[in-house]
Amino acid sequence: MVTSNFEYFAPESFDEAAALLAKYRDTAKILAGGHSLLPIMKLRLAAPEVLIDISKVPELSEISSNGDGLTIGAMATYYELSQSAAVQAAAPAIAEAAGQVADVQVRNRGTIGGSLAHSDPAGDMPAVFLALNGKVVARTRRGTREIASDRFFVDLLTTALRPTEIVTQIKIPATSGKSGSAYAKFENKASHYAIAGVAASVSIGSDGTVSAARVAVTGVSSKSTRAKRTERILIGKEPTASVIRRASDRAAAELQDDLTSDIHASGEYRSYLAGVMAERAITSAVERAG
Amino acid sequence: MTLVGESVRRTEDPRLITGKGTYVADVTLPGMLFMQVVRSPHAHANIKNINVSAATSSPGVVAVFTGADIADQLGSLPVGWVLDDMKQPPHPPLATDKVRTVGDAVAIVIADSYAAAVEAAEFVDVDYELLPVVVNSVEAQKPDAPQLHEEAPGNLAFTWEIEGGDWAEAVKNADVVIQQDIVNQRLIPNAIETRGVVADYNPGTNQITLWTSTQIPHLVRLLFSLVTGHPESKVRIIAPEVGGAFGSKLYLYAEEVIAGIVAKQLGRPVKWIETRQENYLATAHGRDHITSAEIAGNKDGEILGFNVVVNANLGAYLSTFAPLIPTILFGIMLQGVYKIPNIKCKVMGVLTNTTPVDAYRGAGRPEATYVLERMVDRFAQEIGRDPVAVRRKNMINSFRNGYEVPTGVMYDTGNYKGALNKALEIFDYKAFRAEQREARRNGRLLGVGWSTYIEICGIAPSAVAASLGAGAGLWESSTVRVHPTGSVSVYAGTAPSGQGHETVFGQMVSSALGVPMENIEVHHGDTDKQQFGTGSFGSRSLAVGGTALHMSLEKVVAKAKKIAAHQMGIPEKQVELVNGTFVVEDIPEKTMGFGEVAGEAYHAKDLPPGIEPGLEATSFFDPENFTWPFGAHVAVVEIDPDTGDVELKRYVGVDDVGNVINPMIVDGMVHGGVVQGIGQALWETAVYDDEGQLLSGSMLDYAIPVAKNLPSIETDRTVTPTKVNPLGAKGAGETGTIAASPAIVNACVDALKHLGVTHIDMPVTSEKVWRLLDAKNKAHPRRK
Repeated sequence: MVTSNFEYFAPESFDEAAALLAKYRDTAKILAGGHSLLPIMKLRLAAPEVLIDISKVPELSEISSNGDGLTIGAMATYYELSQSAAVQAAAPAIAEAAGQVADVQVRNRGTIGGSLAHSDPAGDMPAVFLALNGKVVARTRRGTREIASDRFFVDLLTTALRPTEIVTQIKIPATSGKSGSAYAKFENKASHYAIAGVAASVSIGSDGTVSAARVAVTGVSSKSTRAKRTERILIGKEPTASVIRRASDRAAAELQDDLTSDIHASGEYRSYLAGVMAERAITSAVERAG
Repeated sequence: MTLVGESVRRTEDPRLITGKGTYVADVTLPGMLFMQVVRSPHAHANIKNINVSAATSSPGVVAVFTGADIADQLGSLPVGWVLDDMKQPPHPPLATDKVRTVGDAVAIVIADSYAAAVEAAEFVDVDYELLPVVVNSVEAQKPDAPQLHEEAPGNLAFTWEIEGGDWAEAVKNADVVIQQDIVNQRLIPNAIETRGVVADYNPGTNQITLWTSTQIPHLVRLLFSLVTGHPESKVRIIAPEVGGAFGSKLYLYAEEVIAGIVAKQLGRPVKWIETRQENYLATAHGRDHITSAEIAGNKDGEILGFNVVVNANLGAYLSTFAPLIPTILFGIMLQGVYKIPNIKCKVMGVLTNTTPVDAYRGAGRPEATYVLERMVDRFAQEIGRDPVAVRRKNMINSFRNGYEVPTGVMYDTGNYKGALNKALEIFDYKAFRAEQREARRNGRLLGVGWSTYIEICGIAPSAVAASLGAGAGLWESSTVRVHPTGSVSVYAGTAPSGQGHETVFGQMVSSALGVPMENIEVHHGDTDKQQFGTGSFGSRSLAVGGTALHMSLEKVVAKAKKIAAHQMGIPEKQVELVNGTFVVEDIPEKTMGFGEVAGEAYHAKDLPPGIEPGLEATSFFDPENFTWPFGAHVAVVEIDPDTGDVELKRYVGVDDVGNVINPMIVDGMVHGGVVQGIGQALWETAVYDDEGQLLSGSMLDYAIPVAKNLPSIETDRTVTPTKVNPLGAKGAGETGTIAASPAIVNACVDALKHLGVTHIDMPVTSEKVWRLLDAKNKAHPRRK
């Protein structure tokens, strides 16, 4: 368990980090918490020639909220997210998912920015980020752009980030009216990643019907994906148990050609579990919307 | 000072939990080189060519060896247990012409740093010619199956049979005969410390020293010497702290031989530390039985017979004790705690293209207990009787002077109903059944499972073991050396891997001699320090090793008493050692401290006639029988009807391990054992694909139990001392693992039996349960 040789940099400013990345581009990897990257390097599934450790770059782990929504520094750890009052108030699904990631050692090191940039097909954060309609703030030496969650996850372990971009923040927009979010996960007993995880964000209008809903599924296919059929069934209806069940049972409907099947669960079972987890997440989100 | 029976805190722990223990990985020697093993990525292949030139010229590389270079010095790894008519195909530590499992060592890279060795190993170019693969013990016996070894036609290493009574007669007389296919899946032991070796050669003395993470330092020395021809007196084996073993460090391994020989050849120390992924491939696995079981009985619950046919997967080669595990330690246990008059068992030992299988915590007894306890439940379900009532009806009554069972062995002492009754005191069975009925009405799936087990410990009476195939004696040894100031060093032949021997043996010494714990040192695991000992496995360390210590303590006390009596001028029979002081009956002013007597023994200015100076004793204890711990465990599970997920809600274990020296340590061992049994029942499984690739090749894919998925485990004991040894101790290292798996699976089946479920193979994963629910419960609201 030893990595290939690599050069290590620990820049102390964003500009320095961005300059290094601009210089080394594809041969470099950004090191955040390291809990996805270092294991695959030790297994020699990845062999970056350069690591740029951004843990010394200031102001990357701040969490704040205002009327526009929640802003989370990319280096905020799962532990910080699970404990943050701002997160719990504005986006309880994030706190709920962060508290379920792996074990306490991982939660103390692993970061939301690292999770999204790595885009593990069974990661918890990607689904939550999708359901909450978040944006990734991607910065280079030259400028900043925001990438909407719907455009962020491209394929297995592949995101819309360009080689010179560093994730600096995650933005979660404020929701209007009564709204709630939740995450439900059926865990792989070995890795503790999701066999099927579902994040849901629901807003209830003044007439008691669902005015907005975003539901996203992880663990079931090659990347975290929105369950748009589920959302469509929910929107405009009163979120009764039977509506939620009918909607939930479509959670993996769009994933049928891309189901993950391995020694832990067949695609069929994952697809089924997505429905159960969707029901639990949506029910809880609706309750939180009050 | 009586410390025996008290929960003394473990004297090992302060150094271990503050990171001050010395494990093999902590051993660093001047000029030390690092070894990386190049392993086969293929499960079955001919080696056409190995090109090492690129690796040899890689930076930092000192040498690269292939089997062709050093095979003649490495010999073949031996089998330490030989059954009648057993085939013994060669097991080269470094492959020469053929590989038979993923992980077989094909070359060795030696470099001046670990990183350089790892890097260079990538450049060893091996040209393989792939051969067909077989990984399953039933498939491997088919006529057209790929053949692993010329020496073992049909991939069969042995067929082993035992019969007591007359199974055919039982079938004829029985109201019901139930057959069930049962798989006891392959497990990976997962000691927290992987294996590792540091080998050093002294050209001046011709001594090879190996620091190795092992349960059997003296047997490693013996086998290393036999394999390599290096004189046993010139081999020193040191097992420093060993971080868990569970049977997986009970063998002579290829890397031990290779590192020793390479260090000798290069004249420099060589270090090898196994990675976790190597550990999954190169360290022996456990279990892996494909079984057909039949139980015969009457409708009133009487069990008449039990017949088991096992296809035991032994992996690609016979590991050191592999032939023992699925045969003796399995077959003779098949009547359990019951009066089953007719027992029949046939075991095929099968070679496949997989990692070798050998002892894993419980070693044969968990497999036997699982198949029996599962079938007792299956029988009770079939005849519509309560599983506890059926158990009680068939249980052997309490006995104190031996009980001979149909498989030909003699249980020592037993009170099986006593343990069951104690469990029933703790767990309100009747109330649970009421709760279960109520829960079912509300759509909840609750289940309870029992396991009333017996196991075989205190391994072993040497002559009996030899008659069954053992290639070495299985007695144990101790030396007690009292120093002139009265402090004490104990040299034990046992070799712990976390069991707390220093504490327990210390308690025994402190109790016997009155010496405080802090003045007692217990040494083990160094063949140059200790007299020959067999090591630690089979829950033998206290029952056999502790007895050897007890004998040495008695000899020391007897001699010290003679010296004390002589010096005080009092007849010996009036002198007694009480809490570290020799006192004289009726003369309170006459006393002599134990330390003072020790000083006199060494000063030797006034010893009784015929008494030698010094104060130490060595003893060897060979028991006349095994010991037979038993108990009753009960598990409660709840199954999520939506997902099939099994939640363990409650676990109660009542064990009878005879007399207990340190209750806290026994509780701890039971907890750990139970968790491993739960792991097998619910989560753990080693999975190979048809190409022989281990799909569960790391902890990402092999599910180790974690605390958040476990309830608080409730333990209690009954005490039925054995007469096999003077301590009355039976052994406690494996009880939990043996008892737990059937209790959990029985509980899972119980939760689903109203749907017609009769058996679920381990591990009881949520998907298996979901499929059963899907098939059996069409009315479930989520089914479409």
